[in-house]
Amino acid sequence: MSELSVKHLLGIKYLNKKDIHLIFETADHYKDVINRSITKVPTLRDSTIANIFFEYSTRTKLSFELAEKRLSADVVNFSAGQSSVKKGETLIDTVNNILSMKVDMVVMRHPNPGAGVFLSKHVSAAIINAGDGAHEHPTQALLDSYSIREKYGEVGGKNVVIVGDILHSRVALSNIFALKLLGANVKVCGPKTLIPKYIESLGVGVETNLKQALEWCDVANMLRVQNERMDVSYFPSTREYTQQFGINKDILQELDKEIVIMHPGPINRGVEITSDVADSEQSIILDQVENGVAIRMAVIYLLAAKIK
Amino acid sequence: MEKPLQMQGLFLFPTFFKIYVLLPSPEAVVKHMSQRVLLNSKEINIILHRLACQLLETHLDFSETVLIGLQPRGIFLAERLLKILKEEYKVKNIAMGLLDITFYRDDFGRGEKPLQANTTKIDFLVEDKSVVFIDDVLYTGRSIRAALTAIQSFGRPKNVELLTLIDRRFSRHLPIQPNYRGRQVDAINEERVKVMWAENEGEDVVYLVSK
Repeated sequence: MSELSVKHLLGIKYLNKKDIHLIFETADHYKDVINRSITKVPTLRDSTIANIFFEYSTRTKLSFELAEKRLSADVVNFSAGQSSVKKGETLIDTVNNILSMKVDMVVMRHPNPGAGVFLSKHVSAAIINAGDGAHEHPTQALLDSYSIREKYGEVGGKNVVIVGDILHSRVALSNIFALKLLGANVKVCGPKTLIPKYIESLGVGVETNLKQALEWCDVANMLRVQNERMDVSYFPSTREYTQQFGINKDILQELDKEIVIMHPGPINRGVEITSDVADSEQSIILDQVENGVAIRMAVIYLLAAKIK
Repeated sequence: MEKPLQMQGLFLFPTFFKIYVLLPSPEAVVKHMSQRVLLNSKEINIILHRLACQLLETHLDFSETVLIGLQPRGIFLAERLLKILKEEYKVKNIAMGLLDITFYRDDFGRGEKPLQANTTKIDFLVEDKSVVFIDDVLYTGRSIRAALTAIQSFGRPKNVELLTLIDRRFSRHLPIQPNYRGRQVDAINEERVKVMWAENEGEDVVYLVSK
């Protein structure tokens, strides 16, 4: 088994367990590569990759760009804010125009769920979904599971709680798919209003008491409250949210074990996580960022190999 | 030790004027799709000792030399040579690493399936060292070309040499030749040289497999 079962990475939903293991094993080798004194390999020197971002991004965009450059691919960047999208150009037209310039792969972030799937049906390039609305963010989920694997040796059997705004989070959904595929036990925790109604049908538990959730888990993945996606008020105040679902040193010290703290970023310090926790030994937030480059190199490498 | 010609699938065919020509033996022709032993374990053992001595002759105490086994198949040969040098010739502190060239190949996307990478383990710098690449079979030379690119990620070696157990003649795509060779073999492109090691396949043997 040295090949992915898919031609695009649109979501974890479309992958199987073998795919994830293959991506992890490949990422192991790339992690080795990016820790050498010369971090570049010439593998993709005849490929061109377009990063198309219709939504803001810091980590993901930088991480993808670094991954592409370390594989020696040519990179073109495109942000919707400074483009003809503002003049009314459609998504397919925009992408097809970019593809006419001989681009082999497209990394896309878009505010609409399913944008990647839609695009993959209409254009010939390989598509990597870098986040589509509140739907999926597959590379984030892969790097999260990879970081857990790195910390504990394996993901299977571990108890993972995802805390925060589950309703608006693509990270939560992709993480649930990935963790379940790898055999972890998953719970979500947050205000009732921010937990989707049928989330249990994905095989995850629901917990509204943060303390109990933390006592159960080995890993807590803290999510940001996505104010920009909220059209109505889902909880009385940020202060109240922090009191009930924010994580701080005191809560962690009350636990009888040491758990691992993760955060996909961007962090709202003092809201879902306090600075002393985010910067503590227990937090693997910066390891996640480092692993993100290796995971993305692996995904790009494996998908590029399927382009004929 | 050379084998009798008959065992190599050849026999002497008498012609006029008492000149003999070499022709494939009838059995060899019938045994199409077969494999023929090129080297048995005894011959391999002799060759390994000779190669170890040749390395020793050039590199003496190996203080400025690093051995690099090329993944995936060169590592067995490298381990063997290391063992002989350490145990029989009492050389201490030989640096050996494993180099995977998957990401440095020039045929990405041209083959059927992506190649799966192997571990690279080089926990020293090769800056100003004499590097000896070790691989089992030298064929087109493209792997060595990739290895030359890959090794640069670990510094600038003083010089790079190549040691191979089997050197397939007339099949090179690039101007690359070994500095130390076990046995030179003339094989046509349809044939394959299969090197097996006791620790991996149960016995030391080199086959020439024809399709």
